[in-house]
Amino acid sequence: MKAEGIGARVLRKEDNRFISGKGNYTDDVVLPRMGHAAFVRSPHAHAKVLGVNAEAALAMPGVDAVLTGHQLVADGIGNIICGWLVHSKDGSPMNMGAWRALEPEHVRFVGQAIAVVIADTPQQAKDAAAVVDVTYEELPAVVDSLAALATEAPQLHEEAPRNTSFDWELGEEQQVADAFANAAHITKLDLTNNRLVPNPMEPRAALADYNSAEEHYTLYTTSQNPHVARLVLSAFYNVAPEHKLRVIAPDVGGGFGSKIYIYPEEIVCLWASKKVGRPVKWNCDRTEAFLTDAHGRDHHSHAELAMDADNRITALRVETTANLGAYMSLFSSAVPTYLYATLLSGQYDIPAIYANVKAVYTNTTPVDAYRGAGRPEATYLVETIVDKAARELGLDPADFRSHNFIRSFPHQTPVIMNYDAGDYDATLSAAKQAANYADFATRKAEAAARGKLRGIGLSCYIEACGIAPSQAVGSLGAGVGLWESAEVRVNPVGTIEVLTGSHSHGQGHETTFAQLVAERFGLPTDNVTIVHGDTDKVQFGMGTYGSRSGAVGMSALAKALDKVEVKAKRIAAHLLEADEADITIEDGELKIVGTDKKLSFTDVSLAAYMAHNLPEGMEPGLKEGAFYDPQNFTFPAGTHVCEVEIDPATGKVEIVQFVAADDFGQIINPMIVEGQVHGGLVQGIGQALLENAAYDADGQLLSASYMDYTMPRADNVPSFKLETNSTLCPSNPLGMKGCGEAGAIGAPPAVMNAISDALGGVEVSMPATPEKVWRLAQAALPKQAAE
Amino acid sequence: MANVNLTINGKAVSAETDDRTLLVEFIREHQGLTGTHVGCDTSQCGACLVLMDGKAIKSCSTLAAQASGSSIITIEGIATGAELHPVQRAFKENHGLQCGFCTPGMVIAAIDMIERLGPDLDEPTIRKELEGNICRCTGYHNIVKAIKAASMQMATQLEAAE
Repeated sequence: MKAEGIGARVLRKEDNRFISGKGNYTDDVVLPRMGHAAFVRSPHAHAKVLGVNAEAALAMPGVDAVLTGHQLVADGIGNIICGWLVHSKDGSPMNMGAWRALEPEHVRFVGQAIAVVIADTPQQAKDAAAVVDVTYEELPAVVDSLAALATEAPQLHEEAPRNTSFDWELGEEQQVADAFANAAHITKLDLTNNRLVPNPMEPRAALADYNSAEEHYTLYTTSQNPHVARLVLSAFYNVAPEHKLRVIAPDVGGGFGSKIYIYPEEIVCLWASKKVGRPVKWNCDRTEAFLTDAHGRDHHSHAELAMDADNRITALRVETTANLGAYMSLFSSAVPTYLYATLLSGQYDIPAIYANVKAVYTNTTPVDAYRGAGRPEATYLVETIVDKAARELGLDPADFRSHNFIRSFPHQTPVIMNYDAGDYDATLSAAKQAANYADFATRKAEAAARGKLRGIGLSCYIEACGIAPSQAVGSLGAGVGLWESAEVRVNPVGTIEVLTGSHSHGQGHETTFAQLVAERFGLPTDNVTIVHGDTDKVQFGMGTYGSRSGAVGMSALAKALDKVEVKAKRIAAHLLEADEADITIEDGELKIVGTDKKLSFTDVSLAAYMAHNLPEGMEPGLKEGAFYDPQNFTFPAGTHVCEVEIDPATGKVEIVQFVAADDFGQIINPMIVEGQVHGGLVQGIGQALLENAAYDADGQLLSASYMDYTMPRADNVPSFKLETNSTLCPSNPLGMKGCGEAGAIGAPPAVMNAISDALGGVEVSMPATPEKVWRLAQAALPKQAAE
Repeated sequence: MANVNLTINGKAVSAETDDRTLLVEFIREHQGLTGTHVGCDTSQCGACLVLMDGKAIKSCSTLAAQASGSSIITIEGIATGAELHPVQRAFKENHGLQCGFCTPGMVIAAIDMIERLGPDLDEPTIRKELEGNICRCTGYHNIVKAIKAASMQMATQLEAAE
């Protein structure tokens, strides 16, 4: 292994600025004459807007303008789009209600923007927004997706009868029915996947700057995908033509999916900047973030699992109702369909699967992809019902899982996915060994002697990452291609800039992408700079989400490096009067194999730009770009083992051990991968134990600050034991699978299965709060004492 | 209007501000020191921590006027010239940060914790002491490791000095 190449634990290049306060986040950017935006938001979950009176606000000090939805519509600003067209099982396209960046007539969730105030300071803008007088006619609201399906429920959108956007299916219903008819055992389950708020620590922000002389816009924004933002803002929202819009996503303080989307605030800041003739900045406060950042999860499901007499799973049937919130966000239709039901086979060889998903509007914040996006929901369902089946059959949950594992690859599931590689026995046995699974009974007895209820839980997850083959997702309704691009610019002095369409908002790309260059040319990572997050610098890109930066973004970089390598070798061969095939590159030198004749990388790059002596017909320069379109999804998988102790007196769940054994394929930097896993696990544990976006019946978000929404803190979670057991992904040049979401996908069922085990097999819903667990523990205790 | 006279990172600063100006607004907007962040508005997340007369405080829930007369150290003033503080170094060496947004607050919390409780801290103490700081990226595992490493290193430095 090279000192800074693939597999090295290189310390992060980006850390120097973050540990010394020199990061540059959107809210840190200051422009001359900058005005500040504050939004007027609906306090009602459902209401008609009868009028907006801005007179008092306009009279406030420092106020420049108050802009409303009627002006926005009159200026031809487009409605917010959903980028993935899903069809119902009857063939009809999904029903979309119109979503305007500022709503002139009919608000459908608390926090929806109605007007914006632009003032000299943020405080003046907020003061003025507070006195904008909006007259509402309140309407009845519905917040739960099952309730929204009822005939008497309040209706949100004329376009969507019974609040239903689509009623979608996947798999062969009849084949599944036949398997159930022949089943030796059937396990049934109802479960809810609780609604979460992503909560990156940096709240969203936008700073828009319109230059009237150039008719050009610049937008600084907290985005995971600035190029997608530029495309959507120009092609659909009519804010600016693409060549007149520069989008910069500088340092971004976490995303977890919530910064994929192009939100009303960015559109409004761009539009307002032209209207008021000055740069306009908006910085979200935390409660605004709770109300307006796209939420995650929120499924109700009923599932049935059929087994034959040999305890082999023969079929899975799933009915899911997915809460869309009040509007369809950018990828909201894909999350509960193609990112969810396609993973319902888990790690198991299940011959027949049928899923029916209804996507439903409610008077809540729009729901979209949050770390894992559909895959945590699938994994929670599969791993809960498999555990329940094992319990009902009297089998060890690990043995029952292993009995049904897929062992031959490639494996075509009945739900689209073709798993290309994996070794599920390896990660299961690594996890069991690290957790000392065999000796759990001793620890349980020891805990019981201390009056504690101890339980152990497994989760064998799979996910589909490396999103995604453009043609495949196109055929399923995606409105974009999901390739990635990279450009390698070798400077005359031999230092290198890599421009990538991937975006780093915590993932450490400035280090790992440089490691690929170090591996290839044997140059120190200090000689490499990674450029990302600016549409004027990086020509194209699709951004970072779905654990795609490694499998897709780095594959594009590998392709560009191939081209640079070929050209550098041609130049070296020419200068050394050797055959190209005899040139190797190591330690920053181009050598003729088996001789001491060599050139430094700088000699070659300089020659490329001096162009005094290049091979016949060769263009000067050493700069190459590449696009990479994946051949398949990638399939990271693994086993998580959670061990808990419950104090029956308080209902508090303590995680006493957590093991994750993962298969991520090729790992570029183990230190960074471990960090990704730790973070994902704590988000998963947060969902299982602490987090819940709670609405009251009127659609008020009760958990809209850190005083009400329980974020995992350091003393809620343990340190982790991590194992990796890699099988290389055959579908991309580096063999990478992706690691960013695994923790959040695998952890919730592991935790919940452990709690259920501790409580004698009862079903517990997420989050397993002390109150819930205490009630169940009181019931479980006499039973366990009797055993 | 309030008269605010204080030192920030050793530099004397005098200014007239709105009575309601928060210390974090004063630091970020008036002084242009953007390393101190605002992650919530309810003094829960700790991204806004600064040292006021050597003690970690939440600058989002302190008025600038309240800080008058004090000495403030922000994340920009933690290193000695080009030499990083042992806590800063430990965060880098132990990968105790990802997106970096909570990091300034975490570094200040760690310095305060080590100075208050003495070096060589154990894991439960570190976890309990981080109650006022939220990180969404790291799962705390490497933050705890970093603070532990820094506290041990500072213990060694103290021993060497004695």
